[in-house]
Amino acid sequence: MPKIVTADGGIREDHWVVVPHPAEGESLALPTQPALIPVRLWLAGREHYAGREDIGVWFDSHEEPEMLADRVNELPLIAVNFPKFSDGRGYSIARLLRERFGYRNELRAIGDVLLDQLQFMKRCGFDTYALRPDKDFSKAARCLNFFSLAYQAATDTDLPLFRRRLA
Amino acid sequence: MYVYDEHDRKLALERVEQFRDQTQRALAGELSEEEFLPLRLQNGLYVQRLAPMLRICVPYGMLRSDQLRRLARITRDYDKGYAHFTTRTNVQLNWPRIEDVPDILAELAEVEMHANQTSGNCIRNTTTDPFSGVQADEVADPRPYCEIIRQWSTFHPEFAFLPRKFKIAMNASERTDRAAIQVHDIGLQLVRNDQGELGFRVHVGGGLGRTPMIGPVIREFLPEADLLTYLEAILRVYNRYGRRDNKFKARIKILVKALTPEGFAEKVETEWQHIKDSPTRLTPEAIEHYRSYFTEPAYETLPDASELLAQQRFENREFDQWVAHNVDAHKRPGYAIVTLTLKKTGIPPGDVSDAQLEHIADLADEFSFGEVRSTHEQNLVLADVRQDRLLELWQRLRPLGFATPNLNTLTDVICCPGGDYCALANAKSIPVAEAIQRRFDDLDYLYDLGKIDLNISGCMNACGHHHVGNIGILGVDKKGEEFYQISLGGNSHHNASIGKILGPSFAQEDIPEVIAKIIDVYVEQRTEEETFLDTYQRIGIDPFKERVYA
Repeated sequence: MPKIVTADGGIREDHWVVVPHPAEGESLALPTQPALIPVRLWLAGREHYAGREDIGVWFDSHEEPEMLADRVNELPLIAVNFPKFSDGRGYSIARLLRERFGYRNELRAIGDVLLDQLQFMKRCGFDTYALRPDKDFSKAARCLNFFSLAYQAATDTDLPLFRRRLA
Repeated sequence: MYVYDEHDRKLALERVEQFRDQTQRALAGELSEEEFLPLRLQNGLYVQRLAPMLRICVPYGMLRSDQLRRLARITRDYDKGYAHFTTRTNVQLNWPRIEDVPDILAELAEVEMHANQTSGNCIRNTTTDPFSGVQADEVADPRPYCEIIRQWSTFHPEFAFLPRKFKIAMNASERTDRAAIQVHDIGLQLVRNDQGELGFRVHVGGGLGRTPMIGPVIREFLPEADLLTYLEAILRVYNRYGRRDNKFKARIKILVKALTPEGFAEKVETEWQHIKDSPTRLTPEAIEHYRSYFTEPAYETLPDASELLAQQRFENREFDQWVAHNVDAHKRPGYAIVTLTLKKTGIPPGDVSDAQLEHIADLADEFSFGEVRSTHEQNLVLADVRQDRLLELWQRLRPLGFATPNLNTLTDVICCPGGDYCALANAKSIPVAEAIQRRFDDLDYLYDLGKIDLNISGCMNACGHHHVGNIGILGVDKKGEEFYQISLGGNSHHNASIGKILGPSFAQEDIPEVIAKIIDVYVEQRTEEETFLDTYQRIGIDPFKERVYA
């Protein structure tokens, strides 16, 4: 069973399957497990998928969270793909989903998810991380907790340090 | 100067431990080279041609004497006993061992220094005018805002993996721009509006490199309280829409050009409307808090020492030249700003030895309230020197080699480390600088030539800012051989401009003669009042071209 890392550094077994974009001319084949489908396909078949607890979506890094906008909380799980760990667009997508569109359910980082990026992901509102399988899961907790404070506000901290300092 | 509180100290120490852990995992093979790369770069660690290079941050160019002494000790204990001041006012060590870097960072943290974000595709050190706080004509001291930006950008979770590096510069003088803000990703000019309120004129998308551009203004007046939310809006638009498919088209200037400045400004404005009233908006109390660190030192009430100085200058011609070129007016009567030139012929521009660093620290304590500033021209500044002690300071500086009175002249060369050190370089730059300094060794002639910026880069990355040199020299590779392309008419000050390429490139040994021909054209054609740049702008590039390629 695949494992994912949680925001507190814990490790948990997980059943969600990421369903890729179907090839040209083919239709989406849903697995029997809970499925994360491409966000565009969910929007296209929304009347069919809405309300299902076993269907979530995933964004690729070039896709815009604005396309879901107010519908975010119709989803039990949203994932954001990091095609390369050095592609930082997913951090902005996450913050927008959380802070602009008020997404409250689980937000997961998928793709090229490495240990040293977990701290940034957590601060931007991700709460589960599909750590790349070759990485040492036992080090996730340490990598999430190097810092006990931060200068700037983000999804995890409403107040920047300059306000907390003077409080 | 900013002093760490317990929060800053804690973050600095936590960062050292994080990097120690990352280094250990890299050395143990748990991180691939590609995975470690951005982690070490965001800690200033490059792997260079001959050895690793560690770039240490000097936030907006401010250094205390205890920090200089620690740098000296670090160069002795971990390196070859010298350091290099860069064009982004930082300090580089050229020979540290990778496994020592965490210990070096720990030593730096003890004196409130770090190497955070001195490289990598993230927000870099904010630079500003080295005369901040001591010049009469500044709108306000820019350093509190630079510190505010430093803290906001440090480990910013959303902007650690931008399409490309990101550099912010701030200028506060109304008369001049010593921070070259128009060739930065973001350039901020402190201004007051009609109501007398402080704010910024915002330039975005300037830059050097392969596609040099002057940054257009996207907002004429941004109230000071909105500084961080607006920066966050710009960075978010860039992070989302900047190109990631081609490293050479990934800087924000390409995005600004593609969207047009108006189109880019509109996107930023739309984003900003969502976040402008968030808690990241600065409060008057917060701005005051940071301002309180940059108060004036304990100046004495002094008259200007005009008569004494006139007498001393009359009696000593060399001192007179030094005062004329390396000393600037201070806002307080009786004080002066002194620039120490790190451009002595035969020493790579910006290089200082451990002993010299310690001497400078002593001089800072004795003459300038224990503070030093580094400049983007790779010089150092003692900002608060009593006029009646200038002679004494000059006598102390001379044997150290820091009194070369060539500030702003042709031989005050800006120069990157080039092919002698840098893995990216196409060609060497230090020997070119030295050859020019040797060719033009007559100070009287240099003074007669007046202000000329000559900038040298060893490759397109333009660390030596060749595009904005009045004379720019760029190292290029032609079938494995090193050649040099010359450009004229660049300018990094107000009304900044990008230099025009003169024509086909030259071999290294021809450069001093080519420069001499260019200078001859200027001398023949200038009117009495004209600087090199003025003459160039009046007569254009053709007369220079004709002479050089005759």
